[in-house]
Order: sequence, then structure tokens, then C-alpha cells
Amino acid sequence: MTSVDATPVLELQGIGKEFGAIRALHGVDMQVLPGEVVGLMGDNGAGKSTLVKIIAGNFRPSHGEIRFAGDAVHFSRPVDARAVGIEVVYQDLALADNLTAAANVFLGRELKRKFGPLALLDHKAMAARALELFGELRSETRPDDLVKQMSGGQRQAVAIARTRLSNARLVMMDEPTAAISVRQVEQVLGLIHRLKEQGVAVMLISHRMPDVFAVCDRVIVMRRGEKRADKPIHETSPEEVTALITGAKEAA
Amino acid sequence: MAMPLESPITFSNVGKIRWWQRGIFASQTGYVLLALAVLLVVMHFASPYFFTEGNMQNVAKNFSFIAIATLGVTFVIITGGIDLSVGSMMCFSAMITSMVMTEVSTPGGLGASLFVHMAADGKTVLANVPGLILLVSIVAGLGVALIAGLVNGFCIAVLGLSPFVTTLGMLSILRGLGYVVSNGRGSFPGGPDADYFYAATSGDVLGVPVPFIYLVVLALTMAVVLHHTAFGRHVFALGGNEKAAELTGIPVVRVKIEVYVICALAAGLQGIIISGWLGSAPANMATSYELNVIAAAVIGGANLAGGIGGPLGAIVGCVLLEVIRNGLVLAQVSSYWQQTLVGVIIILAVLVDRVRSKMI
Repeated sequence: MTSVDATPVLELQGIGKEFGAIRALHGVDMQVLPGEVVGLMGDNGAGKSTLVKIIAGNFRPSHGEIRFAGDAVHFSRPVDARAVGIEVVYQDLALADNLTAAANVFLGRELKRKFGPLALLDHKAMAARALELFGELRSETRPDDLVKQMSGGQRQAVAIARTRLSNARLVMMDEPTAAISVRQVEQVLGLIHRLKEQGVAVMLISHRMPDVFAVCDRVIVMRRGEKRADKPIHETSPEEVTALITGAKEAA
Repeated sequence: MAMPLESPITFSNVGKIRWWQRGIFASQTGYVLLALAVLLVVMHFASPYFFTEGNMQNVAKNFSFIAIATLGVTFVIITGGIDLSVGSMMCFSAMITSMVMTEVSTPGGLGASLFVHMAADGKTVLANVPGLILLVSIVAGLGVALIAGLVNGFCIAVLGLSPFVTTLGMLSILRGLGYVVSNGRGSFPGGPDADYFYAATSGDVLGVPVPFIYLVVLALTMAVVLHHTAFGRHVFALGGNEKAAELTGIPVVRVKIEVYVICALAAGLQGIIISGWLGSAPANMATSYELNVIAAAVIGGANLAGGIGGPLGAIVGCVLLEVIRNGLVLAQVSSYWQQTLVGVIIILAVLVDRVRSKMI
């Protein structure tokens, strides 16, 4: 972990969310420091995806305040969250199958070259930058191949490479290791380490206990819409986290 | 904050996609083009009249009459939408163009004093500025197409109505309006600029039909827009995965409205060109042309599920339909067979694509 007195990159205070009569989240406080990897765990319906969607700007919270790098922020669309430096790798990866890897990496922020009044796509520059990013991820992915023809790990690399384009300060990954091979899990975890070295904060939403214990500095456990635990990883154990997730242990 | 490259990538496990497995060679457009080439050769041996200059001009002209609208509808199909209103749009645009032209060319007509005056003999009507009437009437015709396209786009992108239902409604609305404004009689381009109008829509330049020249220019423009601009990339992304397009910050609503407007304008232009060839814009003009246009796009490889398509495919589809029609006429087969054969070809083209994508 980096120095403890640094300004938290993300700070939530009393976040709550209601969908009609259903209370999905209640009184969630948390902080994420720069260069910190936080695991967010909880069973289905515990409120983790609602929390992620609030931070990513998909939903507005019913209560509470979000502070990003010290300033209060209000997101009405995902684009707003991206503008301040929050990137999300979605579970379904949000890729367009019919486009190439490079096109997907640059989707929505294409590089262009001016030809008089025309702004045409700069295919070469985008392919070169995408290849560089895939190199950093150690993924054997060709920028000009269609995503349709790629393996699960390659798709993951494309989705993660997208977050590396901007100066993201917080990357949230929703189940990045759920559907890929053992070797590719190693690669994704290696990438999380590299993000951390760069001072990027990472929130890892995962069901896979070994992955969380391998890369996270801290683990937060959600149950029934509330935060039940927030502990440095070396002060807890997979057994305790499992008990917290299932409710065998109420809080820690 | 680029991270240093720790080791260059080596592609030890990931083979390179071969040239014949990518791009046009692996697309429906590719082998429909091949089928077309074969068909041309067969036609050459089947009929000595097929490759004559006159017949080729005829074929070029005829397929240009639906190909421009097909380019437009291909944009919509790539985004995963559909536009059924192109046939009615052709008729309504053409009708408005010729009505405006006649109205402003008739002394005493609405606004006519701005555009025409009587010659000294009191019978001949002269244009104040040659070509201005033509320009104004074409702008009027394309203007109504623009409005109809905006309404389609607004209903689909903003109100979230299904493209099928919205444009089915627009098909009926525009056809109805066409009957209303013309009283069911249709209209004729008239006045001092009518000759310019015929020259601009059904004339020849060095033996090449004018509509064909428009088609080539528009198709090349479309190829550049689709593959070399951010807008084109967003059109493909929308058809590939609309949710992803939204999440990555693509202005989905704007892109959708734009494709329906492009489609409407293409159909409007197509209608105006057809009316020049017909010499009038009857109220039942281009009835059910939307089916020919969509069939041509689909035969040429545009995927109704979205994400795939292009100008070459649109044109190849139109040429194939026209060559078959022309071939059946030359072979003295009853023209009633034509539609049946078109249906068979639609299914065959899509079937072959399905088989191919399973083999690779």
C-alpha cells in the first residue's frame, strides 16, 4: 500500500440506493487510496454491482456523497465518470464483435488526422498504440484481427487495454477472471500489479477467493446492501471472508 | 502514462489470419460478386445481345435506379435497423420536386414572380435565372425527405419505437400524403427548367448514364465515410453491440438519427432521378420498391442483424438483380418468374453465408 495519509482517490460517504420499495444499498462508507487494490466481495444480490454502477455513473445514489480525489462529484452518465478518470471493465466486456481489436480499444475516442476540413481516422497510429498496449498486457493479440475471432483472454486484454488509453486513476474490474484460462488469469493479475505500480487504484469485483487474496491490499465484504467488513488482506483469511459473505459471521 | 514495453510480443500461439480468411474474401459480398461474374459469362454465351453497348447502358441505368436508395438503406441496416419507407419516400420527394417546379414556373403561381416572367409574346415563359428553379425544386424535394428522415430517427432513437413499426407507419403516411397533395393524379415537371431537369436525371455524359455517375460518386463517398471516419466506425459499433457503443460514450441517439436522415435523403434523391426518367411522378410510383432495395442490400451481404455491410455489397446486389431481370427478358422467359427467382436468390445468398461461416 502507498502512504496512508495520501488523499483517497475515491471516497464514499453514506451511499444508499433504493429502487422503489427495494433497498439495494444502505449507508456505505469506503475509501480507496491511489495505488491500492481493493477487493469487493459479496454474494449475488449483496449490492456490489449496484455500488459499482453508482461509482461508474450508471445510477445516481439516493443518499450520500461521492468524492473523487477530494472533490464532490455527481455523475449523470458513464461518460461523466470516465471524464474524471474512472474506467470500468465490464463483465460482458462491452466489445463490438464486428470490429477489430484496435477499433474496439479506441471506440468513442478515435485518433484522427486532419485532411483540410476532413478528419479521417488514423488507422496506423491506432494500430501501433493498441499493439503497444497489448505488449504491456503480454497478450498475443493482433490489432487488426476481428474481436469475433478471439479467445476469451484476448477479449479481456482488449477491454483492459481500453482503460489504459486515458489517464485513469481508478479502474474497476467486474469479474475479470471469471471466464478465462489459468494462464490468462495470471496475466490479468499481473496487469493489476502493473496498474498498482503506476499509482492507479484498482477495485476488483470477484467471486474467486484466490485471485482476491493474490492481488488485493484490502478486502471489502458486502451483504444485504451493507458493508460488513473492510480489512487489510493480511488481517483476514479466506475462511473469515467466506463466513462474512454467507452471513455465518455478521460483521468484522 | 505509457508503461515501458518489458518484452516485445511474440505470437507463438496465435496464428495470423490468412488473406483469404479476412476482408472481402471472407464476406458474402465477395462470393456474390463471384456469382455475378459467373452469371455475366453465362449471359455472354447465352445471348449475343447481352454485352452490346445499348444493353449495357440499359443495365447500368436500371440498376442505378434502385442503387442509390440501397446505399442509404445499407447505412440503416448496418446499425441493425430497417427502413421500410424508402419506396414512399422516393414517390413523395419526386412529387414535391415536380409540383414545386411547376408551381413556381407558372406565372401567377405561388412565388412564381421571383422565378419567371412572360416573354414579349405573352405566351413563352422565361426563367429569371436559369437553373434556379431546378435548384429550388430539388431542395424542396430533398427537404421533405429530410423532415421525414428526422421524424423516423426521432421516433426510433429518442422515443425508442421499433424501426420496423416506425418506418412501416412512415411508408403509409408518405404514400397517403402523396395522394393528398396530388389528388391522386401525380405531377409532371414543367416550366423553363424542365429540360435541365431531364438532363440532370436521365441524360448521358459521354455515353455514361448520369444516374450511374451519381451512384459511383456517392458509393465512393460512402466507402470513405464508413471506413475512414469516426461516424462510420460508430455506425458499425452500433450494429455490433449497441450497449457497448453506449458505454464507450458514442452519441448513440445522434448517430441513429443521422443514419435515418441519410437513408431518407438517398431515397428522395433516387425518387427525383426516377421521375426524370419516367417524365412524371405518378402517385403510385415506386410502390413496393422498399422490398427491392432491402433485397438488394441483403443479397449484397448487409446483415439485417446489424454490423455488416458496405457500398460495394449494395451495388453488387443491385447489379445482380438487374442482370437477372435483363437476362430473363433476353432469354424470353416470362417476366412473372422474375420475383420468384429474386426470392430464391435472397435465401440462397444468406444460406451460403451461413454454411461458409460454419466451415471456417
